[in-house]
Amino acid sequence: MRANCWLGRGEVEVRQVPDPQILNSHDAVIRVSKTAICGTDLHLYDGFVPTMMKGDVLGHEFMGEVVDVGHDVETLRIGDRVVVPFPIACGRCNTCLAGDYSLCENSNPNASLAEKILGHAPGGIFGYSHMLGGFPGGQAEYARVPFADIGPIKIEDDLPDERVLFLSDILPTGYMGAEFCDITPGDVIAVWGAGPVGQFAVASAFLLGAERVIVIDRFPYRLEMARDNSGAEPVNYEESDVREALLELTAGRGPDACIDAVGLEAHHFSHAAHSYDRAKQVTRQESDRPFALREAVRNCRNGGVVSVIGVYGGFVDKFPMGSLMNRGLTLRSGQCHVQRYLRPLLDRIRNGEIDPSFVITHRLGLDDAPHGFTTFRDKEDECMKVVLTP
Amino acid sequence: MSTQNSQQQFRDPQARQPGDQGERGGARGAVRPDALGSALGWFGIGLGATELGAPDLVARAIGADDSAVSRTLTRIFGGHKIAGGVGVLGSEQPGRWLWGRVAGDLLDLSALALVAARRRVTGAGLARPLLAVGSVVGVTVLDVIAARRHSRAEAPGHLVHARSSTTIRRAPQDLYRRWHDFESLPTFMYHLDSVRTTDGTSHWKIRGPAGRKIKWDARIVEDRPDELIAWRSVGRSDVRNAGTVRFRPAPGGRGTEVQVDLEYQPPAGAAGVALAKVLGEEPGQLLAEDLRRFKQLMETGEVVRSEASPTGSRPASRLLRQHPARPLGRA
Ligand SMILES: NC(=O)c1ccc[n+]([C@@H]2O[C@H](COP(=O)([O-])OP(=O)(O)OC[C@H]3O[C@@H](n4cnc5c(N)ncnc54)[C@H](O)[C@@H]3O)[C@@H](O)[C@H]2O)c1
Ligand SMILES: [Zn+2]
Ligand SMILES: [Zn+2]
Repeated sequence: MRANCWLGRGEVEVRQVPDPQILNSHDAVIRVSKTAICGTDLHLYDGFVPTMMKGDVLGHEFMGEVVDVGHDVETLRIGDRVVVPFPIACGRCNTCLAGDYSLCENSNPNASLAEKILGHAPGGIFGYSHMLGGFPGGQAEYARVPFADIGPIKIEDDLPDERVLFLSDILPTGYMGAEFCDITPGDVIAVWGAGPVGQFAVASAFLLGAERVIVIDRFPYRLEMARDNSGAEPVNYEESDVREALLELTAGRGPDACIDAVGLEAHHFSHAAHSYDRAKQVTRQESDRPFALREAVRNCRNGGVVSVIGVYGGFVDKFPMGSLMNRGLTLRSGQCHVQRYLRPLLDRIRNGEIDPSFVITHRLGLDDAPHGFTTFRDKEDECMKVVLTP
Repeated sequence: MSTQNSQQQFRDPQARQPGDQGERGGARGAVRPDALGSALGWFGIGLGATELGAPDLVARAIGADDSAVSRTLTRIFGGHKIAGGVGVLGSEQPGRWLWGRVAGDLLDLSALALVAARRRVTGAGLARPLLAVGSVVGVTVLDVIAARRHSRAEAPGHLVHARSSTTIRRAPQDLYRRWHDFESLPTFMYHLDSVRTTDGTSHWKIRGPAGRKIKWDARIVEDRPDELIAWRSVGRSDVRNAGTVRFRPAPGGRGTEVQVDLEYQPPAGAAGVALAKVLGEEPGQLLAEDLRRFKQLMETGEVVRSEASPTGSRPASRLLRQHPARPLGRA
């Protein structure tokens, strides 16, 4: 089959690889009908996530048709149409039973590698480095899905693929980011990053009852999408001072909760500040550039919540711990526990409360994946979200 | 998952339990002599037998007089050599017996010195005793080499202790029962080739590099249903070892805490080299991976595989040997 393979920093290529096969009795094999490129793939692409290996198949947002099942699979049959959540979870360990699926205790065969780097090991994720399991991803014609009874959700009605595909990751991720904020009536939420994840964080904050949502980015087309689709108030950090804008919009209180939907490759409007962290990153003194995170902490109101759904990989420098501690902030974070949100969010899609397909700007064939990566990374051609059809 | 490796005194792992006063003395297993050690053992038995059976021949060969005194002395030396040889070949601590041989060699040398001195006085030639001294010195050198090698292996400091623990969401009795079925341990203990049980003794086998087998027999030394199983190698084992697994309910209904302690004494010689290759630098990490697979097996019903680690979890140090994360293809 054809699959999009990681070859090194800034290099992916669609290659011929063997077809996947059942390795565990709870596996299913899916013929991929739609797959997408995520902001997380950009972190892998740009070489910021350790333990990638040349030839790894990328992709953790995918859906398709079941073509094979292991003999212990009970809920899926050949021919079922399913969306696959990006975290691989056993459903049987204490952590899965507590609903924290992305921290499954059994789904990461390379846990010892993750323990070396992170202290304790999170669960496995498709197409997302060896320390997170070494599982091939879904930017391919076929994919093996472990624990097929726990993850994939069957789509039984005629909802088009594009409406349900983002259940695999970015819709639940944005939703979890908003849920972390414990939104109560009157709350003002600020979201850093108007990428696809930021778009869904904004939309979810409104779904959960936020009074107002402020979105911060520098790309006008992204800010406009958040405004036009969800009613967010945009702040372009290249045009106005973020702190002043936030104070003004909240009459001096600061946002009740701040969501970081940017992650480790944040950009800084000041060339000097950007160069400082970039230099540290290059010389391996810090692995992540935390501009958005620093700003989210400093601007949050006293006692508020900072919700981190942007991905970080290692260490950050100049983290405003004093601000966090003295002002009693709560920090919440995590890879999304997608399985938790599949059913309720599918219901909201079915009810018409949200149509996630609004973020799609580019529809390409799988063979165009390398082009999709550069377009999405460089925000060319007003690119928001790339969907690939194998 | 928690893991530790340490090198320390060979003590009963059960004595390690905090608050547990029941020190039980050294664990007993047997270490076999390596090739040089056994050759020296057999050589001692052979020479000893000659000294016992034909003391006159021996006395003549070294140039001693054929007196009743020297015959008796030669017989005594012979008896000493046979006992030493048997000790080297059959005891649990061949190293000690090899040092015994070294002491015997020194006695031989002093006897030869007496013989030479006497011959010098009587004006007889020195060729024979000197030839004998030469051979005894050669043997002494070999004895010292073998003795040092063995006693290093037997030294208490060389013992390896590994401990690891995990929490499994199953009842202690399920885990106890599964572990008690020693024959199925290789399903999740990958360094084991097979375990067979016959009337109370289990026969364990590891396949080392180049198909070399490392074997030992073990017996259960303590068995508390649903709580603890302790086993220990017995008889002529390639590697002395002892292990304990404990099961205790985790607090707040979190399942069962499983803790394993292993202690083993790497054997000298080729078996030791083979064992080190199998167990690697960090036996504790290997044990941690065993427990990780045990947990997967007990919680999900199988060992979880990814394309990068198709056989299941492996220590981090083996990342370089991983496959890329892409389908494996039909074998
Ligand atoms: N937690 C999870 O489970 C999860 C799941 C999916 C994605 N993510 C992460 O979410 C983040 C966003 O993903 P995406 O797909 O939307 O990526 P994206 O690259 O499309 O979006 C990132 C946006 O952040 C903006 N940005 C950069 N620096 C900024 C700054 N200093 N202030 C404000 N905005 C800034 C960029 O202009 C861009 O629009 C990534 O880190 C991704 O890895 C996390
Ligand atoms: Zn993603
Ligand atoms: Zn789990």
